[in-house]
Amino acid sequence: MQKQDLISIASQVRRDILRMVHGCQSGHPGGSLGCTDLLVALYFDAMNLKLNSSNDQVVFNMSGLGEDLFFLSNGHISPVLYSVLARRGYFPINELSTFRKINSRLQGHPTPHEHLEGIRIASGSLGQGLSVSIGVAQAKKLNKDSSVVYCLMGDGEQNEGQVWEAAMYAPHHKVDNLIAFIDVNGQQIDGPTEKIMNNRDLKLKYEAFGWKVMQVDGNDMGELQVCLSNAKKMLGNEIPIMILMKTEMGAGVDFMMGSHKWHGVAPNDQQLEVALSQLSETLGDY
Amino acid sequence: MSIYTYETKKDTRSGFGAGMEFLSLSNPNVVALCADLIGSLKLEPFIKNCPERFFQTGIAEANMIGIAAGLSIGGYIPFATTFANFGTGRVYDQIRQSVAYSGKNVKIACSHAGLTLGEDGATHQILEDIGLMKMLPGMVVINPCDYNQTKAATIAVASYNGPVYLRFGRPVVPVFTPENQEFIIGKALKLIEGSDVSIFATGHLVWESILAADILKEKGIHAEVINIHTIKPLDTEAILDSVKKTGCLVSAEEHQINGGLGDSIAQYLASSFPLPQEFVGVNDSFGESGKPADLMDKYGLNAKSIVEKALKAISRK
Repeated sequence: MQKQDLISIASQVRRDILRMVHGCQSGHPGGSLGCTDLLVALYFDAMNLKLNSSNDQVVFNMSGLGEDLFFLSNGHISPVLYSVLARRGYFPINELSTFRKINSRLQGHPTPHEHLEGIRIASGSLGQGLSVSIGVAQAKKLNKDSSVVYCLMGDGEQNEGQVWEAAMYAPHHKVDNLIAFIDVNGQQIDGPTEKIMNNRDLKLKYEAFGWKVMQVDGNDMGELQVCLSNAKKMLGNEIPIMILMKTEMGAGVDFMMGSHKWHGVAPNDQQLEVALSQLSETLGDY
Repeated sequence: MSIYTYETKKDTRSGFGAGMEFLSLSNPNVVALCADLIGSLKLEPFIKNCPERFFQTGIAEANMIGIAAGLSIGGYIPFATTFANFGTGRVYDQIRQSVAYSGKNVKIACSHAGLTLGEDGATHQILEDIGLMKMLPGMVVINPCDYNQTKAATIAVASYNGPVYLRFGRPVVPVFTPENQEFIIGKALKLIEGSDVSIFATGHLVWESILAADILKEKGIHAEVINIHTIKPLDTEAILDSVKKTGCLVSAEEHQINGGLGDSIAQYLASSFPLPQEFVGVNDSFGESGKPADLMDKYGLNAKSIVEKALKAISRK
């Protein structure tokens, strides 16, 4: 897909995120807005998804055999995942209005428990998604399935010990059908990651663990497309790939950027109006 | 004398290893993971038969549970194996989110449960694992009693679609159940028919309950012994049938009384058919180092204690 088309979709996804979080007055807009460009680039361009041959609509089945799969480890940015899945056709767009409300399939954090198409594992309690993604990638190898597994983590999430168990495991077991991302927005709930728990040099750390590490501006659609294309060319070399993705928390909404304040806070009516005025309605609001 | 005898003693973990060896040849979807304890889990035959279906995780149990969940998404049936302490309590949240809440077909298969781990002491002797696992919605909890039953249970859980906690142990214990038995998840097995008191036992305490019934018989008391190999789902029908006849009961397990089998039975009977119940289990304490048999005696997990509790239950009728 052309870069301009992806940018256009991303604008609508950002509107969805803001409206979902506003609608239930809870949820996590900051990280969702920051990772919007990546998820749009993945689901609308980079990933090979299983399509119904008669109408080209996406088809969901749990095993995901023969298609690329994405796993969200930092489950609190569920709004961006839900919006992208709905806009890609996994479930009705109108269902976004049920986010975080009672009897919804769109739980605060993603789960397959309510049988929402597109979700294969629960996440929310941090640090578990990379392990799950590695297991899925190894299952693909056993199944002689050459498709790719993608995983997104947060940079605050790097505080969790399990992440480093997984970081050690993947190169040891030559899991080379995996492309992982860290959303390096430099923020976590209590403040800047540098002050709360300094990750220091993630590139050096992952390289020392045996990963191929790439870096990208996660809010530049063109750069993301090039990076994803280059990363895919490096698959199959017995080395897992880690992409450190620099993003701006709250990207796309001027007053939400550059701070951790909008990590888990919903905009009020006036703030929503200001925010939406900065994002064009390209595909029609739900 | 009892109708139950044995010729050999074997460890239940070897029954697990034998079950896995069977599955290595019979079910190509079964995969195994282990956190640096292959020898203790008796996985060598499985690994020899299908090395590509074995995943060594190193001493990293949290990662092991996540990888198992991932493998299950791809259609495999993972058995995540280690000591019971490290496979349940240490990784409770990983099991809760990535396995139970996600509804994954993962088998948590753990050895060295309970006091009979012995000399390593309380750091390794988990006595809370049944409680932890049974609290998770949708989790099946199984604690077989001997080598043959553990082998049968291992094979059976591979054919069940959903999360399972399979618990077994380290020491050699009498092999008294039939070879190549059928194992039905959730189906209690009546071992001895009786009319005066019901003894519901799980795991290593099943054999002790048989010995206890022999002792009681000499006193003219007819105890009914039922093997509850599946703590969840609990065979409430078998329990109710038995206690309606006997009028009192004893539960026996190598586990904390809090959160164990007896607790499940009490909860069920309190709301359906309340009766005097006595509990054989560890009473809110950690274990310690020592020989398995000495520990079981010190903490009252033996035939003698079951007899005492049975007499007490009968006296409360």
